[in-house]
Formats: sequence, structure tokens, C-alpha cells
Amino acid sequence: MSREDFREILRLVRPGARVLDVGCGEGELLELLARDKGVEGQGLEISPEGVSACLAKGLSVVQGDGDRDLDHFPTRSFDYAILSKTLQQMRDPRHVLTELLRIADQAVVSAPNFGHWRVRLELLIHGRMPETEALPDPWWSTPNIHLCTLRDFNALCADLDLRIDACAALAQGRPARPIDPTRPLENWRAEAAIYLLSRRTEAVAPPRQDLFT
Amino acid sequence: MASVVATPPEFRRDSGIHRFPASSPLQLESGESLAPLEIGYETYGELNADRSNAVLVCHALTGDQYAASPHPISGKPGWWERVIGPGLPLDPSRYFVIATNVIGGCMGSTGPASIDPRTGKPYGLSFPMITIADMVRAQAMLMQAWGIERLFAVIGGSMGGMQVLRWAADHPERIANAVCIAAAARHSAQNIAFHEVGRQAIMADPDWRGGDYYAHAVRPEKGLAVARMAAHITYLSETALQRKFGRGLQRDGLSWGFDADFQVESYLRHQGASFVDRFDANSYLYITRALDYFDLADSFGGVLANAFRKARHVRFCVLSFSSDWLYSTAESRDIVRALNAAGCRTSFVEIATDKGHDAFFLDEPQLDAVLRGFLDSAAHARGLP
Repeated sequence: MSREDFREILRLVRPGARVLDVGCGEGELLELLARDKGVEGQGLEISPEGVSACLAKGLSVVQGDGDRDLDHFPTRSFDYAILSKTLQQMRDPRHVLTELLRIADQAVVSAPNFGHWRVRLELLIHGRMPETEALPDPWWSTPNIHLCTLRDFNALCADLDLRIDACAALAQGRPARPIDPTRPLENWRAEAAIYLLSRRTEAVAPPRQDLFT
Repeated sequence: MASVVATPPEFRRDSGIHRFPASSPLQLESGESLAPLEIGYETYGELNADRSNAVLVCHALTGDQYAASPHPISGKPGWWERVIGPGLPLDPSRYFVIATNVIGGCMGSTGPASIDPRTGKPYGLSFPMITIADMVRAQAMLMQAWGIERLFAVIGGSMGGMQVLRWAADHPERIANAVCIAAAARHSAQNIAFHEVGRQAIMADPDWRGGDYYAHAVRPEKGLAVARMAAHITYLSETALQRKFGRGLQRDGLSWGFDADFQVESYLRHQGASFVDRFDANSYLYITRALDYFDLADSFGGVLANAFRKARHVRFCVLSFSSDWLYSTAESRDIVRALNAAGCRTSFVEIATDKGHDAFFLDEPQLDAVLRGFLDSAAHARGLP
């Protein structure tokens, strides 16, 4: 996640909330959340270097990965679960989403949009796997193994009975732009998007209008 | 009874045996009690004015209080000198580091070789059965006697890690940080099986004399050595054994007999032989039994998380070694799951090493880095200089 994403996340997380950061790296986001929002954070990180760095910052961190080790956390033990490593790099995104919203009341996830006009154009004209700002790697070395469009992601959320509480389009070096991800035009325009999700079946606080604005 | 030894050059070391009066017995989990209670200890550094910098280091099965001082019998360096010392993660200029010999041990704490006041002779097998919880209760009595209301941290590996878990479960209000290294919340069938081999080796030695060898001026050295040899294999990974010895021979060619042809045989024989000089066979029986009886969840309705419900203020750091098959990463992860379920602040690191269970004594830079990071940030949070 970029610094722009951090800013959006910092904005939407309630002060004093309990936050799980999946793929927390060296704990930069958790440290910001603790400092600015008084958040009680917990990290999950696979790399030993990242884990050591988190410990040195006084953060609680469990070594593990989002695909395999989310079962370490009990049901509804956090207010927010943040997936820092983007969803398209997970082995089983559907399972991961389900787990995030088992663990937390709300989940923050982001993914590049494979429906972006530049991606579509590149495939249409050159007939090759797109390489764009949001998807910079060639097909044979990309960590992105489960790419989707905004429409695909919306459909998965509906399938899992998740409610989209907020969404913003992300573009490198520019501030996030609040969008309605179900609008067909956004599926052409957004390079990547960050979603705030909750379980549809549960009554939560009324949707906040100020998120991502 | 402390004697002050000036250890050149850097820090204060105190060494001694704390003797509780007979009127302060140790109540045991079995229902029996132990009096008078004695606890052998070593301390490094000094307790600060508000008594907030004490760190209790808990030793493993065959360890003792000589964590950072030379062993009085073997003369070898302390078992955790890599971690305790100036500039190291447990720096005596910052912390008051306490290491005690567990009860049932043989280095100054009351154990089966101690004199039973009722008979004037060594306890032998009349020594009561002890548990990990009893070891910890004895340590808690010592902290009470020393006026240490709350330990800054309790740290231990292997059986020491089990003591750490017991501290968190039984005396949570008396600890602030807990580091559990290469341990498990209960002994597995395999763990028990290996211990039973060791115990049977000791008891099969004719010199064991039904546990009463003290009276006959003999010791079951052969049996204890075999027990140590079998156990030692479990402390190493297959990779480490292979790298260290392979099929290397002691001499040129085979002996065509049962001498120690292979280097690994010679190594194990040496491990066994040097162990009997410093360890009491009955202590080995009692402490392995305490380990086998250890099942933390069992005392909490079978739900491990319940053991930690009152420890939500404690910061935990759980560590495992990737090649440890005695207390595996999976068992550490079970502890982590339970801590998370109880709502404790939990960190977990699996250290990648091929050195097996014994890695926590050995040169493992990542272990040092993790300990240092965790302890330094905790010290910072509690305002220790």
C-alpha cells in the first residue's frame, strides 16, 4: 500500500479502535494508527525482517501469512481488518475476505482494477498482458495471481453477502477519489480501488457519508 | 545467605540459597507440602529503587541458575551468556536478572537429594511429586520474600517457557511481559515417550537402588548417561546431526566391534558422561515427570485460552525454531491462538534455523534481534532507562 492509502485508512479508522493489519510489513501503518488514533494494533507479517522491525517498534505482531494464518485470530476480535498486501496476490481471495469479516466488523481491502481502460486497450490492441502503472510486472513475474475488475469484486462481495460501506479510486501520486464502484463508468476509470466492507447481515452504525472524502 | 562475588569487570553478581522457614512450606499441586523450602539463585545487576526492573529467567529441564556465570561443577560458561550481559538483550546495567534453580533440582533448591527433615536422610523417592505450577509457585514465594511485587519480565525456553506460561496463568498480576521460547502448552505423547525411555534407563541401572542410592555411596551413572544420550538426540535436528557428524569415524577404519566407531556415538557418550557429574538421577526422574504432567489447558476446563484470560495486560512474545521437532512451531502457534483468543497482546516469531530445539542456547542472531526489540520497546514503554 502506498502512503496515499495510509492517509485514507487513517481517516476512516475510529479513534481507539482495534485494528488487525494483515501483511503489516515493518509496521508503518500500525505505528501511524497508534500515534494518531490511539489504535490498539496487531500485525500479521510473513517476513522475519518485518516482524523484527515491528517488535522493535513495540507493536504486537504474529509471523504468518494472510492465506494460511488468519485462523490465529478469534471471531469478531477486531473493529477493522486491513489487508495491506492487496487481495489479488492471495492464493484464495474469497476465503481471505470471508476470514477478514469473521475476525473484524469491517475490512479494508484494495485491489488494482483489471477493467481500467488502459488495461482493456492494451489487451485489445496488442493482445498482450497489460503492463501499467498499477500492474507494472510482466506476466511471468507478477505477484498478482487473482486479478479482477471492479465489477468482479462487487459481485464477489454480493455473493459473500458483504456490504460496501465506502469505496475510493486510487491512482499513484494523487489523492483518493470517492466513487460508487457499481457505476459502469468507474470500472473504466479507476486504476485501483480501496473498499470498506462489512457484513450485510448485521446492523452496524449507519453508513458514514464522510468516508473517503 | 548471599555471598557477593565481584565478577570482573562489568556487573554485580549475587549468588546464594534462599532458605524459607519451616513455617512457610510450599503447597504442592499434589496436595502435599514441602518444608523447609530452599531455592538456589544467581542474580545479575541491581534491583532499582521502585523494584520495577526484575527479570526472571527460567531454565530448561537440565539447566540451573548458572545462566550467566560459570558452572560450579563443570566450569563451563553460563548457559545464556549470549543473552545476559553488558550490551546484550538482558543487560545487567538495566535489569535485575534473576535465575533460580527449580524445586526438584539439584543445584541448591530443595530436591530429592536434599535432606528430609523428618528422617535426617535424603528424600529419594519419598520426595513429593512436583509440577511446573509448583516450580512457579516457589519462584513467586521468592519474589514475595524479596519484595518484588511485579516482574518486568519472565523469560524461558523449553521447560522454562512452560514456567512462563504458568506464570501468566497463575500469577498474571505479577508480570508485565512474558517471553516463551521453544515450548508447548502440554507434553505430547512423543515427549512423554522419550522421557519414559530416560526414566526406564535410570531405574534399570542396578546402582539406582530403588532411588535410595545416596545411602549406598553409588549413583546410577550408566542409566542417567543413557537417559541424557536419548534426550540429547531430541534437542538436535537431523540436519544439525548430519552436518556435525555425518558418518564420520573416530579413527581410521572400523573397529569391527562395539566401541564408539562413529563420531556421533562418541559425542553422545561424552554428553552422557559429563552430564552425570552435575545432575542427580532422581532429580531427572522428578523433573521429567513434572514436564509429562504439564497440560496447561487441563487446569482451565480444557480450554487453553481460559488460562490467559486474566493476563490481558501482559505483553507476550512467543518464539519457535523451524527445525525444532521436540516442541514444534505448531505447538507454539497453538499457544498464540489461545493468547489471541483470550485477547492478550501477542507477538510470535518462528526463527528459521536448522539447529533444532537447542537453538535457543546457540548463536542465532535473529533470536537476539527479536529479544532485544521486544525487551527494549517494553522497557521504553515502562520508562526503564
